Amino acid sequence: MPERPEHPAALLALSGVRKSFGAVQALVDGRLELRAGEVHALVGENGAGKSTLVKVLAGVHAPDEGVVALDGEPVFFGGPADARAAGIAVIYQEPTLFPDLSVAENIFMGRQPLRSLRRIDSAAMRERTSELFARLGVRLDPDRPARGLSIADQQLVEIAKAISFDARVLVMDEPTAALSGVEVERLFAVVRSLREAGAAVLFISHRFDEVFALCQRVTVMRDGRWVSTDPTEDLTVGLVVRRMVGREVSQLFPKQETTAGDAVLRVRDLTRVGVFEKVSFDVRAGEIVALAGLVGAGRSEVVRAVFGVDRYDSGEVAVAGERLPRGRPSAAMAAGVALVPEDRRQQGLVMELSIERNATLTRRWSLSRLGLLGPRAEREDAHTWTGRLRVKAGHLADPVSTLSGGNQQKVVLAKWLSTTRRC
Amino acid sequence: MTTTTRAAAPPPPTRARGDVRGARRLFVVRELGIALALVLLVAVTAVYNPRFLNAQSRKDLMLGATILVVLAVGQAIVVITRNVDLSVGSVLGLSAFATGKLFVALPDAPIVLAFLAGIGIGLLCGAVNGALIALARVPALVVTLGTLYVFRGIDYSWAAGQQINAADMPGGFKRLGTQTLLGIPVLALFAIVVLLIAGFYLRSYRSGRELYAIGSDPAAARLSGIRVGWRVFTAMTVCGGLAGLAGVLYAARFGTLDAAAGTGIELNVVAAVVVGGVAIFGGSGSVYGAALGAVLLSTIGSALPVLRIDPFWQQAVVGALILAAIGLDRALTARIASRLRGRREVRGA
Repeated sequence: MPERPEHPAALLALSGVRKSFGAVQALVDGRLELRAGEVHALVGENGAGKSTLVKVLAGVHAPDEGVVALDGEPVFFGGPADARAAGIAVIYQEPTLFPDLSVAENIFMGRQPLRSLRRIDSAAMRERTSELFARLGVRLDPDRPARGLSIADQQLVEIAKAISFDARVLVMDEPTAALSGVEVERLFAVVRSLREAGAAVLFISHRFDEVFALCQRVTVMRDGRWVSTDPTEDLTVGLVVRRMVGREVSQLFPKQETTAGDAVLRVRDLTRVGVFEKVSFDVRAGEIVALAGLVGAGRSEVVRAVFGVDRYDSGEVAVAGERLPRGRPSAAMAAGVALVPEDRRQQGLVMELSIERNATLTRRWSLSRLGLLGPRAEREDAHTWTGRLRVKAGHLADPVSTLSGGNQQKVVLAKWLSTTRRC
Repeated sequence: MTTTTRAAAPPPPTRARGDVRGARRLFVVRELGIALALVLLVAVTAVYNPRFLNAQSRKDLMLGATILVVLAVGQAIVVITRNVDLSVGSVLGLSAFATGKLFVALPDAPIVLAFLAGIGIGLLCGAVNGALIALARVPALVVTLGTLYVFRGIDYSWAAGQQINAADMPGGFKRLGTQTLLGIPVLALFAIVVLLIAGFYLRSYRSGRELYAIGSDPAAARLSGIRVGWRVFTAMTVCGGLAGLAGVLYAARFGTLDAAAGTGIELNVVAAVVVGGVAIFGGSGSVYGAALGAVLLSTIGSALPVLRIDPFWQQAVVGALILAAIGLDRALTARIASRLRGRREVRGA
């Protein structure tokens, strides 16, 4: 690792950044200072303004007030292209690949190597992609379309993209949310080598073990405001959590003593040929059961089959002794099963619908009168649950797509928790 | 933790190379499939009635396809960006009528001027569409459905029931519609040149690839710094320009013009593009496929009467082809997806 001076100048600095979307103040006082050769963590509760800050950095949102400075000089990004030209690469929470285009094209879009007549040199593009993948230790075919890549592989493509234009600043917005342990380690190795090469990395994560393992400094945000920036060694998890929440939290995830009752969900020999085989487990009343495994081990597939979204070939699923018909989510719901899916945008929410409608979607029958759904019933019910889960929203009638990622997830939870289900 | 060494070790290959190549080949097969259907149709018809392939008939087939091919190339460019242009028929009508008017007013006008005027009108109409879509952020379907009527309305009120006859056109311009070069009608050469330029551009230029990126995922395109609004505006303008060119070709071919020229052709064009394998939700397909789709549809129109099939069936056949094309696309996409998706990858992830 190259020597790092005690107080190197900031490579990229944000100060006093303010950004509102209509009535919602996403950022009130955004501050950040990234140094070359450091991995900097940005932590905060859902809706603290992390993603908005990232989008300001990326040139997606122009700040209403405040300054973005690169190498001490104030800069203005008119759009994502400007930020990229300045050497800022962003890996977003949601993948941003083009499914129909090849992996190589995804990496070099807009910057494809050229030959005579300004034509795209696809051979050179393929070769450079292979070089990038070799550097990252990835074996992906540059010619394959991005469609069908796992989330982990999609992230590797994004990283390859960032490396390909020698990004000085790499921003990663919750890159590990969808990754399994092995993949997280692989990602971290890449991040460390980038840092050693002198890049500044901004790392956003909700996992404190990762923050403490990887980052040199930590910036905490709360309610759109900067709270603190400290070297990691001066911090403890408890301290960071206290600053994030703004009050004392006795224990992060207090484990409650419970006595488990009878088996409520019984899964026996569940098999879907080529995907999973003879999966059996019980979930008892009052119990939380973890289903562990690598990405691709078939966890989500099993869960989807249990809920009835996917079919299975043999085996059985029973709730409270009653066997569930296969492939019928409505039957699973009637029996009291709820599913919070892994991909909220695709599977969990109807992005164009309002927050209240999304939150009450599972109970549109019980809330309706004579088959008609009145807005008041929806609003009152949604109000209760978004309140209990502290969803930060401007107005419940706004489309759910206007919420931050974490708050969207809360709406998915509200939708299912409100049904007071058995499992 | 076994960090670096472990992490640097290559993960299992996501897919064997051959499979991906295979997946690509499927798309080439897609276009070959249309070509094959075309050859089969021509062969069967020619066996039934050998005169279907004599010199005059070949020329008619090519001429018949010309206008649809030009329009389909423009439409494909737009559809690739996940938009659509329903106003092409009206733009064609406007441009064709303007060409006629030009020659009525200035009988000695050079032919080039007619082309410039027609294409200019088309570019203008396309720019109006593009500006409404890009600036006002109204979906293309709605904008062009509106301009379909607006442009046609302008055409009608300008024509005011008037008809322009072939006799009003200068001889040189009319000959353009009948002349051939090496057995290929001159008008068809226009379509071929347009097709080759568009195909080359979409394949080999950054801005061309950006059109595919926009259609594949508009939000991601915006995040990667692609000027989505500007590109869509250009695509709409080019499509309008090509519809304008098609109008001039229409005038040269038929000579007799009224305000109704090209009415309803927009749906044939969209059908040709879809049959040709351009995904209606953008991001994939090629202008070559779209052009083949156009040739196939126009050839069906000529072949059915020769085969003594009630022309009323033509519509049903075209409809069946569209459904077949979409069905084939779904099947291919599913097949490619399952080929590409390794066992270790999460479904729906």
